[in-house]
Amino acid sequence: MRTTLFLASLCAMALSAPASAQSPAIPQPVSTAPLPSVNPPVFIRHGHIYTVGPAGTLADGDVLIQDGMIAAVGPDIAAPAGAKIIDAKGKPVTPGLMASWTQLGIMEIQLSASETNDSAPNQTLDSAAFDVADALNPSSTLIPVARIAGVTRSLTAPIDCGNVFCGTAAVIHLGDGPDLIVKRRAGVLVSLEPTGGKSQLYTRPDIWAKFRETLDDAREYWAQRAGYHRPGGARDQRSIRIDLDALGPVIRGEEPLLVHAERASTIRQVVEYAQATKLKLVILGGGEAWMVAKELVAAHVPVVIDNNINLPGSFSDLGATLKGAARLDAAGVTVVFQPQNDDPAQYARTVGQIAGNAVANGMPWSHALAAITKNPAEVWGIADHYGTLESGKDADVVIWDGDPLEVTSAPTAVFIKGAQIPLVSRQTMLRDRYKHLDKKGLPFAYR
Amino acid sequence: MDLKRNPLFWGIAALVIVALAAAWFLIPGLGGSRNKEDVKVADQFPNDQFPSTYKPLPSPPTLIRGATVLTGTDKEIPNADVLMRNGKIIAVGQNLKAPDGATVVDGKGKFVTPGIIDIHSHLGVYPSPSNEATQDGNEMVKPTTPEVRAENSVWPQDPGFTRALAGGVTTLEILPGSGNLIGGRSVVLKNVPSRTTQGMKFPGAPYDLKMACGENPKRVYAEKGGPMTLMGDVAGYRAAFQKAVTYRDKWRKYWNAKAEGKDADEPERDIGMETLALVLDGTIRVQMHCYRGDQMATMIDVSKEFGFHIAAFHHATEAYKVADILRENDVCAVMWADWWGFKMEGYDAVPEGIAMVDHAGACAMIHSDDPFGVQRLNQEVAKAMAAGRRMGYRISRAHAITWMTRNPAKALGILDKTGTLEAGKMADVVVWDRDPLSVYAHAEKVFIDGALLYDRDNPDLSPRSDFELGQENNGHTGGAGQ
Repeated sequence: MRTTLFLASLCAMALSAPASAQSPAIPQPVSTAPLPSVNPPVFIRHGHIYTVGPAGTLADGDVLIQDGMIAAVGPDIAAPAGAKIIDAKGKPVTPGLMASWTQLGIMEIQLSASETNDSAPNQTLDSAAFDVADALNPSSTLIPVARIAGVTRSLTAPIDCGNVFCGTAAVIHLGDGPDLIVKRRAGVLVSLEPTGGKSQLYTRPDIWAKFRETLDDAREYWAQRAGYHRPGGARDQRSIRIDLDALGPVIRGEEPLLVHAERASTIRQVVEYAQATKLKLVILGGGEAWMVAKELVAAHVPVVIDNNINLPGSFSDLGATLKGAARLDAAGVTVVFQPQNDDPAQYARTVGQIAGNAVANGMPWSHALAAITKNPAEVWGIADHYGTLESGKDADVVIWDGDPLEVTSAPTAVFIKGAQIPLVSRQTMLRDRYKHLDKKGLPFAYR
Repeated sequence: MDLKRNPLFWGIAALVIVALAAAWFLIPGLGGSRNKEDVKVADQFPNDQFPSTYKPLPSPPTLIRGATVLTGTDKEIPNADVLMRNGKIIAVGQNLKAPDGATVVDGKGKFVTPGIIDIHSHLGVYPSPSNEATQDGNEMVKPTTPEVRAENSVWPQDPGFTRALAGGVTTLEILPGSGNLIGGRSVVLKNVPSRTTQGMKFPGAPYDLKMACGENPKRVYAEKGGPMTLMGDVAGYRAAFQKAVTYRDKWRKYWNAKAEGKDADEPERDIGMETLALVLDGTIRVQMHCYRGDQMATMIDVSKEFGFHIAAFHHATEAYKVADILRENDVCAVMWADWWGFKMEGYDAVPEGIAMVDHAGACAMIHSDDPFGVQRLNQEVAKAMAAGRRMGYRISRAHAITWMTRNPAKALGILDKTGTLEAGKMADVVVWDRDPLSVYAHAEKVFIDGALLYDRDNPDLSPRSDFELGQENNGHTGGAGQ
């Protein structure tokens, strides 16, 4: 039996860090530079191509990858001279998948190895300044495990820390480092759900009051930021400067507020608030989101959901159902899938299975594939270069040995930003080491 | 002279052998099981203080006709029928006749498997909703608590049971958690809605003792008097079993004295030691949480020291490293398809683990340990099968489904009753809308002892726990299948 309650207690130790006098330079949010490519063009032919874009599905099509980008997609493209040719033999070809709300790159092992776990803040008071981009580890062994299963992008975000403001998320690619960041400041995570348990810090009204006060502080701070630190400047906000700085793009509606909420009434409440204050909102969790579908559609609020969470884990998600994603989708809400909700970093590779289960419970197949490609690209603001197979986009391309949403399928080739990655992980190496237990010779450590 | 060539020698030798054999059976104290020293604890102490009150629900004879039947015995029979009557499987084969009054289920395009068995579940003891009031799975007040029983914590109204039923799960082992070295007795349940736990209890299933290797006990007790290390863990198991040996021997001395008509003071009963003595007896089986291969080897040695047998290692993420050792010691490995890395001892799991253990000739199976995973064990088996195939193993789907049917039945000691579709066994049967080893598959009909207890197409056959009654939020489709 695993428990994450201890993480809540870590958050309970949050301390206020001293504010420094200078504001930090705010980095550019989008890194558009392609990875350096020395590879020859790659020509994938005879694929059953799900572009997830305007070109739809091509029963027998080709994809040309050049300089890290998709150069062309179509039914009848000519292979350029010198191209590496891969015959997909009619197998499915899709965009690389995206797993949203994972801790890929910031968590190696969740329990009892705390130096590997940067998934929750315990420093700043309101923790918007906690930024996953400051902890990303391109050498994480979790990354190859995810990408050999066809996952090429992640919205890496803090876990629900039990302390209202939990930190800032980033979009990463899962190709080779050192720079994994695709987009910094992809959203600030807020939890509006009480943690429950003995370590619970706040009730719902506490959470709501703290949530509003912090955002009010941020608005006040940004209204007179230049004078904030001068004598006679702005009043002393409860929140500290770096957190208020991080909330600037959020209160301006430029960066989404990622709100973990399960209960329908809480979702309704925050949707109303976001509309009144012109915040850009994304709901995470959303066990009962389908019950608020109409309001979500009207306010253009997408939902990030692990559709397999169908039990009343608490009194907050009594309405959780396997049909949740299908109902949201049918109502017109943009759905994005989170991988298996418990340890989504380790289980980023389950995101296709989550989508498949949504199909089994009523969601159209093409919508489910979009919910792990095109939809997250749009929701996280990277649709200009990722999410569909279209010329001019980054070449995140996967060739599958079967239906990409089927649990028995696996990639036979994975490209991330045009680079073909070896289908090797620490797990495949362990497998190969112990494949022949009866082989004589030196101990396993020599294999 | 060569003695062995002398007929007289052989005559005398034969007489001696016959005399010894007779003495073995006739003289008390010489024969193995007849030795008073070895009197079975189970014959002296009642073992089942919370007896099963489960009775199969009444059902008409039922014939499933024309389905692809995966029997749980490595066989796939196309276009086959399954006949159930009086709660039992009567026959499996082609062109069976429907008896008078039988319900006939059209199996065209469908698949039939034995009911799924989840050998590792905490449904009922860590139920939904999860809050301070419902944490009943770990008696973490001291590291060794053989005196507690999961069945005394099970909340039969856990909505998780209904969801598992919709996933085709007909039998579950509910275990205490892994916070303790020795966590207590687990209980095997039929997944039938009931007011009482006794009403779910699998008739005739042996009890199991839950034990735990590794990180969890030392994390819980490091600052509460220990164990705080792995060596402390092992010292803890050995101390407990040494105490159990002493306890058993004290009682045996007493029973022997009574049998000889002598006066003897009755020893004080100790409920926890009684459970461990029953483990030494072989009456209660051991199911042990153990991730690492090296720790499995250590625990096999501990079991040999005290003369008990470990039925299975659970969460055995490194079983693939020691599959030969498990095979030689007849210990099963209970695994996930792809869980890994949430703690250090699970860091080396590989998706091919189940297939590798199976391929090595050891007994491999799936488990959930999770109220969500239990609903999709067919998908987990599918992943494990596919991973094995990709590394070059030939694994039929008929074989793969034994990882969720026959093998857990074997590890629980109930293979004579359920786990395969064979005549005479309990009619625990699932009809799937397609190949169950698919993400798109649904259990359409679930029979337990011949009674149809879940029907995806019939809202009246979708059980709903008391807890979910009146929770208008999900009042649409009933509990199971929600």
